[in-house]
Amino acid sequence: MKFIHYIEKVSHIDIFGMISLSIFFLFFVVMITWVFKTNKKQFNEISRIPLDN
Amino acid sequence: MQVEKFYYDNRIVRAFGYATVIFALVGMLAGLWAAIQIYYPAASLNFAATTFGRIRPLHTNAIIFAFVGNASFAGIYYSLQRLCKTRLFSDKLSWIHFWGWQLIIVGAAITLPLGLTNGAEYAELIWPIDIAIALVWVIFGINLFGTIIKRREKHLYVAIWFYIATWITVALLHIVRSIELPYSLTGSYSWFAGVQDALVQWWYGHNAVAFFLTTPVLGLMYYFLPKAANRPVYSYRLSIIHFWALIFIYIWAGPHHLLYTALPDWAQSLGVVFSVMLIAPSWGGMLNGLFTLRGAWDKVKEDPVLKFMVVAITCYGMATFEGPMLSLKSVNAISHFTDWTIAHVHIGGLGWNGFMAFAILYYMVPKMWGTNLYSKKLAANHFWLGTIGIIIYAVPMYWAGFEQSIMWKSFTPEGQLKFQFLETVTNIKPLYILRSIGGALYLVGAFLMVYNLYKTIRQGKFIANEEAEAAPMIKEQAKKKEYWHRVLERKPVAMLVLSLVLVAIGGLIEIIPTFLVKSNIPTIASVKPYTPLELQGRDIYVREGCYTCHSQMVRPFRDEVVRYGEYSKAGEFVYDHPFQWGSKRTGPDLAREGGKQTDSWHYNHMYDPRSMSPGSLMPQYVWLLDNKLDTSSTAAKIRAMQTLGVPYPKGYDKIANTDLMHQADSIANNLKKDKIESPSNAEIIAVIAYLQRIGKDIKAAPKQPMAVNQ
Repeated sequence: MKFIHYIEKVSHIDIFGMISLSIFFLFFVVMITWVFKTNKKQFNEISRIPLDN
Repeated sequence: MQVEKFYYDNRIVRAFGYATVIFALVGMLAGLWAAIQIYYPAASLNFAATTFGRIRPLHTNAIIFAFVGNASFAGIYYSLQRLCKTRLFSDKLSWIHFWGWQLIIVGAAITLPLGLTNGAEYAELIWPIDIAIALVWVIFGINLFGTIIKRREKHLYVAIWFYIATWITVALLHIVRSIELPYSLTGSYSWFAGVQDALVQWWYGHNAVAFFLTTPVLGLMYYFLPKAANRPVYSYRLSIIHFWALIFIYIWAGPHHLLYTALPDWAQSLGVVFSVMLIAPSWGGMLNGLFTLRGAWDKVKEDPVLKFMVVAITCYGMATFEGPMLSLKSVNAISHFTDWTIAHVHIGGLGWNGFMAFAILYYMVPKMWGTNLYSKKLAANHFWLGTIGIIIYAVPMYWAGFEQSIMWKSFTPEGQLKFQFLETVTNIKPLYILRSIGGALYLVGAFLMVYNLYKTIRQGKFIANEEAEAAPMIKEQAKKKEYWHRVLERKPVAMLVLSLVLVAIGGLIEIIPTFLVKSNIPTIASVKPYTPLELQGRDIYVREGCYTCHSQMVRPFRDEVVRYGEYSKAGEFVYDHPFQWGSKRTGPDLAREGGKQTDSWHYNHMYDPRSMSPGSLMPQYVWLLDNKLDTSSTAAKIRAMQTLGVPYPKGYDKIANTDLMHQADSIANNLKKDKIESPSNAEIIAVIAYLQRIGKDIKAAPKQPMAVNQ
């Protein structure tokens, strides 16, 4: 079983790679944007969850 | 809103806690025994079951799955209830989980010394146990997700995401690594072969580190550190970012175990790049942990729990810097196959995993017994013994790794190799002795902990069901017609099942076609399948765990090519189910062993390695000379190999044993010429056949005549 020969033979394999990279990149951009937009007070409340027990 | 009264289940935590302590001692003792055998091979007591090759997997499985596994379950079940503000989903499932896991461990403890193994690191357990692991893991998952669904605290605190990521990914890893074809009740061959098997193995192995030894423990850190320090985590934002980055990036790092091997270059490069990127999210976790103690370092002086956690997190940071460095090809060229790898593993294992397990035990036991820790002083002594033990373990191993690697690569001014392989081993023997002293100190510290916890339990009163109350979660009502995804977000079970289905589809689409292709085009025409006798010999090689000391992968370095022969090509391993490239050279590489020694040399060497190699640290394998080869399995093995695509002729399984006995007789005759009497059906004959075959095929490649005009 030659692993690399399968990958070469899949049509448009380069586009799949591009799509995966884009998903990866977009996910992280969105996540980091959301993380920095969320207000500090919410995070302070959440980080106290283990302590309020 | 009316508050509801409920009770946390401490009994299940206690059970897992006891199991943690027991297997901590068992696993560490196995490790110490293995360590002593390396410089004192007679410590194997000359039993097959207790040789290094069989004790090493016992040690790794006991530490990873029995010690860290039970500790993680204890900590997860303790923290999950309190973070979700609810009792565990099902008491019954909790206990099936507990007993199921311990039975698996007992199964491992019986099968591994018997030599029943898959020959794959950290995935040695035979296929019936693999099935049991899957079942128990599903039960754990139902309990985990059921509790999350039952929760009264709406927000899923960061620790819980780590637990979820652990569960999903370990399930995936276990399934893929366990894709094997049984040929008997206790034996199976990996569906993958050679290079593919190597990639699957180290995708699995590295992610076992990531998702069994790191993510659950990070989750535990995010709960127990704030609790012990009584302050919130430094930055919740950072925990979000590093969580997602960690689980995305970690998966790709596996190929860093295969640098400069026959793995294709593109895969090696991917592994390097992602391993280096991994520094960021790993250190995010470390910094988040350490910075949580900003302004509270005086507490660390007083509290043993915090002491252990600080060193644990620091060792985590060290190991996750060292790991990426070891993933650089230039560094890896020096470190691979040496004790540097072992040093690295044990900084993480002893420092991060061990100390975190100790910390949460020291935290939970007083709490669950309603008392204080019996002796802070004893705990502090444990801390110092453990810390010094880690240092005395690691430093000699760093030294040994560097020294051996430099010696391997040393040439005389005339251009010859300066040192015989054996010299490089005997030279570092004192360092092996030091290492076992370090490990022993660490173990003594653990015994102090057992005593301390025992006295704590004695002076307290166990709280089986801890009372708590909280308002139930407000069921969100749909205010107006909602976007479909918002509806899904309120139905976690549907969400979970849908996600799993999606992930499974992708996985299946990728994996199934690779098994349906029938043709197996060998890269190298002269590489042929193993003969039946060689196959039996190879399975004995796997059984005895020879790969734990001997590699079979000549790297394309000048010193290796001079010492061992032609460097290893991917095409040579296409019929190797499982691959046996190995990770360590306590003994020399065997990839080109075929034809280097006479049959009688091998016979004598197995009987007593020191008779052929004075000063050797290899144990004696006398039973190979006495045991009768079990030829009843030959037909089933050949059929299994045929299913896996190895091109034995159709119907060959029926006549395989005839060829086997033929070849065995000729080897026995060779031995007779050297005055060694051995029955043809002794196991040693099969092992000799295998050893004499390794790496020979490419030497037989016929010279192609120049094609003039066709």
